[in-house]
Amino acid sequence: MSVASPDSISNVASAARLALSVRDARKAYGFVTALAGASLDLHEGEIVALLGDNGAGKSTLIKAITGIVTLDSGDIELDGRPLRLRSPADARASGIETVFQDLAVFDNLTVSDNFLIGREQTWPRWLGPLGLLSAGQEQRQWREHASALSVSHVSPSQEIGLMSGGQRQAVAVARAVAFARRVVILDEPTAALGVRESDEILTMVRRLPERGLSVIIVSHNMDHVVRVADRAVVMRQGRSVGEMTVRQGVQKDLVAMIMGVT
Amino acid sequence: MEAHVDIAGKSSETAAGRRDYLSVLLWLLQAGPIIILVTLVVAFGLLAPHFISVRNLQNLLAQSAIVCALGLGQFLVILVRGVDVSVGSVIALSVVTVATLTGVDQPSSVALVIYPLVGLIVGLINGFLIVKGGIPQPLVVTVAMLGIVAGVALLISGGNTLVGVSPAVHWLANGKVLGIPAGALMVLVLAGLFWLMLRRTQWGRWLYAVGGNPDVAQWVGLPRDRLIMSAYAICGTTAGIAGMLYHGRTGSASPLSGIGYELDAITAVVVGGASLFGGRGSITNVLFGALIIATIRSGLQQLDVSPFWSSVAIGIGILLALELDVLRKHIETRIRTLRARQVSQ
Repeated sequence: MSVASPDSISNVASAARLALSVRDARKAYGFVTALAGASLDLHEGEIVALLGDNGAGKSTLIKAITGIVTLDSGDIELDGRPLRLRSPADARASGIETVFQDLAVFDNLTVSDNFLIGREQTWPRWLGPLGLLSAGQEQRQWREHASALSVSHVSPSQEIGLMSGGQRQAVAVARAVAFARRVVILDEPTAALGVRESDEILTMVRRLPERGLSVIIVSHNMDHVVRVADRAVVMRQGRSVGEMTVRQGVQKDLVAMIMGVT
Repeated sequence: MEAHVDIAGKSSETAAGRRDYLSVLLWLLQAGPIIILVTLVVAFGLLAPHFISVRNLQNLLAQSAIVCALGLGQFLVILVRGVDVSVGSVIALSVVTVATLTGVDQPSSVALVIYPLVGLIVGLINGFLIVKGGIPQPLVVTVAMLGIVAGVALLISGGNTLVGVSPAVHWLANGKVLGIPAGALMVLVLAGLFWLMLRRTQWGRWLYAVGGNPDVAQWVGLPRDRLIMSAYAICGTTAGIAGMLYHGRTGSASPLSGIGYELDAITAVVVGGASLFGGRGSITNVLFGALIIATIRSGLQQLDVSPFWSSVAIGIGILLALELDVLRKHIETRIRTLRARQVSQ
């Protein structure tokens, strides 16, 4: 795989169509302002790192794009069309998938259960949620996707609670990636992982643009940011305060920008 | 360098060994209820000459049918991290309602529908209060309902006991099919239905998911509130069915029916290995849990041990089951860390 220099990627990205854009997002919880006019652009096939100190508003912004939090004001557009999200299910239906911080899997379910949760096919259909599931078909579905996502060594019938943090996160990422049609959001996907496990996840993320997906990644690890992201957007006190094209060696500049000492 | 490699190889080998040992322990914990049940039956069989007699076993099954029915519904509620202590008074309310509406000397099969219907209504109210009322303590909500429902049962009956029961209900509670108590058979069929719904339908998987991680369930867009409400509604319904069996066995409708049964139901579920942390357990183990309680009661009775001791034995059983559940969580965490260590080696 030939690696384009980060600058040229960024140029391509800014020339590309906007996939997702957030304009002037505002959200207050009582007297606490979480978002005070945050904006974010995400181009097609671009990986944007969303950075900021704790309490900068990253999580709230992500939750707004995911349909968990409803904004007080502001607009979210997906492919140029306004996006009205009333629930996480709306976001999923619009092609936005999220991997939440701290391993968002069901420990008591199997790998393929976790992979397909909320998307199970039942028979007969008119019975709705009381229709029967087909374990065989579900395991086939897992294998189809797993081979494309380099997690094929994970057995679909294994209970996920007994797997290591990295394997579990790989399943969570696989779930998001397999079903996302437009945007994948990763909230600190490597926070709980060891070196090798982080490495595997980052490699998986780096290849998402090949599938036509745009990615927002939140991370506190600047080395990871430099490895995967094309562009970084920095938030402070509920606003987007700056952005930077990511290339090798900008770690210090990013940290300075996050702390606001430039 | 070579020595270093050797050490690394050895440590990963022992990690795998430890993991296998832990996996076996975990499997034993999961199979615990059936092992305990078989051990108890064998032990009482050896100690008490009449314990393993057709008559006594029939009696044991018939007695445990009521607790089994209660346990099936209670399990769904515990699965989603709740608890329902109002089921005892639902027995009283369903019994009294049927006796008042249909009379006791008119044989009427309409009654068969009324028992579960009364339970369903109470269950829906429980579920609604817990989900929509924003009260985060299911225990307190259902304690309040326990009082309210028991009071309504007293109000409807005026405090009187009506003697008599419709023949259909009497047969269900006391009749036999091929020597097996009809009530036990009915509960077994019901358990089969529950097993199918929990293990083979989308609703069942979602119920386990909500119990395993309610937050993630909401994030991935599952109808969490409706799922929790459905668990309470079904729990109420099975309490109504238990009321029917209770009515049939006692042959009279007392507003004080079913007192204390909520504890037996919760005990059956917990002794059956379901986790109060939610998301764990199986229907078959709930049945084993109910049978374990009935076996302890009946066995001690056969041995002429004071019935006061059986409460103590069952209480100790609950505590043991809870501690074993904590141990299970601990073992799972250990297996996970050992796996992670192996991956990084």
